[in-house]
Amino acid sequence: MAELRDLSAYHDVWVFAEQREKKLMPVGIELLGEGRKLADAAGCRLCAVICGSDIDDIINELFEYGAEVVYYAQDKRLDQYTTDGYSKVIGDAIDKYKPEIVLLGATHIGRDLGPCLAVNCNTGLTADCTKLEIDPETKQIMQTRPAFGGNLMATIICPEHRPQMSTVRPGVMEKPSKQPGRKGDLIKLDINLADSDIRTKVLEVVKTAKEAVSLTDAEIIVSGGMGLGNAEGFKLLKQLADKLNATVAASRAAVDAGWIDHAYQVGQTGTTVKPKIYFACGISGAIQHIAGMQNSGLIIAINTNEDAPIFDIADIGITGDLYKVIPAIIEELG
Amino acid sequence: MKICVCAKQVPDTNEVKIDPVKGTLIRTGVPSILNPDDANALEAALCLKDKYPDTKVYVVSMGPAQADYMLRECLAMGADEAVLLSDRAFGGADTCATSVSIAAGIKKIGDFDIIFGGRQAIDGDTAQVGPQVAHRLGIPVITYVEAIEEVSDKKIRVRRQLEDGYELIETALPCFLTCVKELNTPRYMSVAGIMDAYEKEITVYGREDLALTPEECGLKASPTRVFKSFTPPPKGKGEMLSGTVNEMAAELTDRLRKAHLI
Repeated sequence: MAELRDLSAYHDVWVFAEQREKKLMPVGIELLGEGRKLADAAGCRLCAVICGSDIDDIINELFEYGAEVVYYAQDKRLDQYTTDGYSKVIGDAIDKYKPEIVLLGATHIGRDLGPCLAVNCNTGLTADCTKLEIDPETKQIMQTRPAFGGNLMATIICPEHRPQMSTVRPGVMEKPSKQPGRKGDLIKLDINLADSDIRTKVLEVVKTAKEAVSLTDAEIIVSGGMGLGNAEGFKLLKQLADKLNATVAASRAAVDAGWIDHAYQVGQTGTTVKPKIYFACGISGAIQHIAGMQNSGLIIAINTNEDAPIFDIADIGITGDLYKVIPAIIEELG
Repeated sequence: MKICVCAKQVPDTNEVKIDPVKGTLIRTGVPSILNPDDANALEAALCLKDKYPDTKVYVVSMGPAQADYMLRECLAMGADEAVLLSDRAFGGADTCATSVSIAAGIKKIGDFDIIFGGRQAIDGDTAQVGPQVAHRLGIPVITYVEAIEEVSDKKIRVRRQLEDGYELIETALPCFLTCVKELNTPRYMSVAGIMDAYEKEITVYGREDLALTPEECGLKASPTRVFKSFTPPPKGKGEMLSGTVNEMAAELTDRLRKAHLI
């Protein structure tokens, strides 16, 4: 296992550009922003790797967001993500081109692909990182992530194996600005993939979230928890959200109670959000929830219990019945 | 059918508190529990056993001797056999090294039709060990399984949860599935099950039983290292508004307008 390698053979920062239905996932752009900082600090190039076909628009976008090189696994069999297909093709590319760092979005796809790639490449993987830095002396990547439900932060290193791999939660890193017309090198990957290598068959992809829930892009979020008392409470939150052009979200407790779909869940096991304003309505502030929203610009908490932990991290707190407070706010908004 | 369930004993992170003075984790008095997603994995296996009574369900865990308690809980829920992979040499393992030991343990027990695991454990939340075990065993993996639509002796069709929906996926057996809480509601232990659970032997395998070298286990086999750990700095307490409901609502909207946030 602990075979020593020639670490100096490894260069460049790679970002896995995840596409679904030929659309780039926003976390891919966020990773290019973060990857740029790491590449500059490590003194190497920023590259993206993408799989699929007929995705020239996305490839251009990757250049415009800062990729110097795009490695393209062009194959119709890779249009749809499969663990086997992607881990084989990208694993082969890593073996051949030897990136120093590989970043993936911690989506349901990135968190499936990352572990298998790490096994294929016999290296380590750090999940759900919230902060990445290059150590100025060792040039290693320092990967910081929450553990114990967000109670503890751990900084992880991968000293003797390459590439150093991390998944990063969507919504945590900032998107870089786009530089229209910017170009780079396109390298088409050799694809050594037999049909039989892909052992799972995706029969259908079904969307169940009634509207596209884009919590990571929301500028204002109105979020509800157990204090709502019932599913009807989300109607009131929706009224406030509509006034503010905001998105509704929920705590895990409200999702577990069956009041709202899990796609709306903010927190350690849900989505990490960073809106300008976060309304926490009837949310007590379990550490798992706080882990997913504490980087919001302004946190406004409304809760009947003045000792609720949410008030410890809120910028503005209102003690009171949300069924009285929210209608009053709606009225003030006019 | 022969089914394996991978389970982990974890501290109940909902009960973990921070010492407000020292800023460190308070772990004393924190109960150890069967990892929640693993309970869904076990339930999925037991449902198949309910349907196909000749099914045998094995639970495999890696951990210290105290994990015996959690394994007996699994037996009391209805698992047939429990195997604990326990050895000092396994200590300090990261996900990569853990998956080597667990894959070796599963291989030693024998060929399975389906292996279930939880999506992730609540202490580390990495979601890595399941797919890595599958990859090492050379069998297909489907993560985030939220529904099992059909099982035959040759294949399985499941729903894999996505952020905004699901994928309907089919694969041949044997395969590895990691389960999310939406898959089912884990059953309680039965009284008869609890009685039986304490009669049963729990098989313990160490490093040598699994024919692993010391270099293949624990910290030595772990590419990653914890460089440091720390408790997140607490954010300062904000301001509580006062007055009547209408006054507080007016004050709030006023501030938001003045800050050009709305």
